[in-house]
Amino acid sequence: MQQANRLRPFFENITFDRDDNELILNFGPQHPSAHGQLRLMLHLQQEQITKAHPDIGYLHRGMEKMAENMIYNEFMPTTDRMDYIASSSNNYGFALAVEELIGLDVPRRAKVIRMMLLETNRLMSHLFWLATTALDIGAMTVFLFAFREREYLMDLIEDYCGARLTHAAIRIGGVPLDLPDNFIADLRKFLDKLPENIKDYEDLLDTNRIWLMRMENVGVISKEMALSWGCSGVMLRASGVEWDIRKEEPYELYDEVEFNVPVSDKGDNYARYKLYMAEMRESAKILYQAIDMYEGTGLELMAHAPQYISAPKIDIMTQNYSLMQHFVLVTQGMRPPVGEVYVATESPKGELGYYINSQGGAYPYRLKLRAPSFWHTGILTDLLPGHYIPDVVSIIGTTNIVFGEVDR
Amino acid sequence: MRAYTPKDDVQKKPYYTDRYWVAPQVAKSDVSADAVFAADLEAIKAKFEVLDAYIQVKQMVVVINAVDNFSVIELLKNELEYNQLSEMSAIDWLADEGKFEIFYQMLSMSKRKRLRIKCKIDEKESLSSVSSLFRSADWSEREMYDMFGVVVNNHPFMKRILMPDDWEGFPLRKTYPLQGDEFAQWYEVDKIFGKEAREIIGPENRDPARVDRYDTERFSRLGHEVPRGADISQGEPDTPLVYQEEGGVFLIQKFDAEKSVVISDRDR
Repeated sequence: MQQANRLRPFFENITFDRDDNELILNFGPQHPSAHGQLRLMLHLQQEQITKAHPDIGYLHRGMEKMAENMIYNEFMPTTDRMDYIASSSNNYGFALAVEELIGLDVPRRAKVIRMMLLETNRLMSHLFWLATTALDIGAMTVFLFAFREREYLMDLIEDYCGARLTHAAIRIGGVPLDLPDNFIADLRKFLDKLPENIKDYEDLLDTNRIWLMRMENVGVISKEMALSWGCSGVMLRASGVEWDIRKEEPYELYDEVEFNVPVSDKGDNYARYKLYMAEMRESAKILYQAIDMYEGTGLELMAHAPQYISAPKIDIMTQNYSLMQHFVLVTQGMRPPVGEVYVATESPKGELGYYINSQGGAYPYRLKLRAPSFWHTGILTDLLPGHYIPDVVSIIGTTNIVFGEVDR
Repeated sequence: MRAYTPKDDVQKKPYYTDRYWVAPQVAKSDVSADAVFAADLEAIKAKFEVLDAYIQVKQMVVVINAVDNFSVIELLKNELEYNQLSEMSAIDWLADEGKFEIFYQMLSMSKRKRLRIKCKIDEKESLSSVSSLFRSADWSEREMYDMFGVVVNNHPFMKRILMPDDWEGFPLRKTYPLQGDEFAQWYEVDKIFGKEAREIIGPENRDPARVDRYDTERFSRLGHEVPRGADISQGEPDTPLVYQEEGGVFLIQKFDAEKSVVISDRDR
């Protein structure tokens, strides 16, 4: 009898049952195309999957617990570690939730900068998705191309906040910094070239026989299934539900910019791929408009609310009362009013929601992170049966799950 | 006498609170302010007992009895067009009133409205599952069980989801310390090497801010430098205070180490 709890060779990866010919295969948690720490227990009949159990928790860091023991501003860098492919969107979701709780009004320039950051992050995330999924399918060129473009965006973000991956670039009440001098010119240069780049990817993939065989009519999610499983973002829109939180419940200045919400009713991998490509074009459109909006804004970057938000640096350095406020806010933290709030934002992966229950203390009483990838992993339970092993890789690819977010 | 620390809530507390400070409230408005919510509330009230209902930050909150949770959500789904369960989880109020508060965050895409259903249950009480209405509740309820120990009836696969299956304790309860309890300290040692290896390996250090004053491998001892890895548990050699910069230290004109005194008496 083998014991699982000793460091001895233990063949847990494979069990073979003679009677019914069923093979149980462990896919992950260290599988390179599992996009992180996903473990799938697959019941197989030959190559066909009859049952699938996604097993998660290998990256669980207890962020909700950590949030209960941190002041609000302290938690901001932790949110970076959720969806680390597009960390500003996590920062933003949290900042927005606390702002709604307090009832803060953010200056217009901060809103424009935030929108730029969010859309840049969306582009980064979609490019990363394209690169890794294409690599899983075997399209190495697309991987290299997409990573090249993503690198330019990371340089842009680095120019803005100094970090490439975990940005912490958004504060509760605004943004910490104005755009650097070269930012808009660089962004414009990137955006001008983007349509060409997207066309390059599409030329490589759209009519590629292998790509089509792995993508078309694979991983079909029906509309009912997508709604029932709490899918959001591209996973929902590919199944024929036109629902984009930026459009339906506009936050920031999304009601002032023009963009389309691409929808498909196919629900398969290929539809999701097409939507990601279309969304990149829409993001570029929004960014162009944001650049134009930036010009006419005032200089203020942070909301004025001395009880919750530190004064600008110049006031802190020159005025005694601002310095005292700042000291209290840094050491003790802000104390939002008693109440609760759930705020959903459209992150690149889907609906990113923050539920905050505040009891008027410096620490949130309860903070629930609603990460879209959690349910996009859950849906694999119902989605995988009937498919074959190679489809698993492409389906995991197009669900676009990130495990920092699934496990939190 | 040691300061009393409550055992029923070991989460971090602010070290100072103004005794005259009264926390402000997030505004709650009456449901009648919004026609769509008012109609929804009427439909719920017609069949079930509603303990409280209000609108807070653009969303309606409806407090119901825990026994009605399945039927209320069924009503919301089938008749009131709330077609997605975005989120559900629990809040631990055990220290205050011995109850868990369960919330269901619903979304109606046709009405563009979000609504929150809330109910309270006792610690040992269980709840009926809504996973037959919304598949997304399957994983949420498992997470709720994993984190709080709230058992859900009629669930197809009630098992821990984020923590290991053989974990003890429920991490998001207020009684559970941030750094983990004693079980957590020994979990990996026991699992990988067995209990008999406990003495050799020692407990897992789960406090990232922990400083061991005798550890000279990983901690530099500023002002009390000793060779790396030196054993100082039996006392340590005096470190002579000398300045090593060539040509003296910037801004310090004269410094005589012999004549300088280290003040040990605080009151001096």
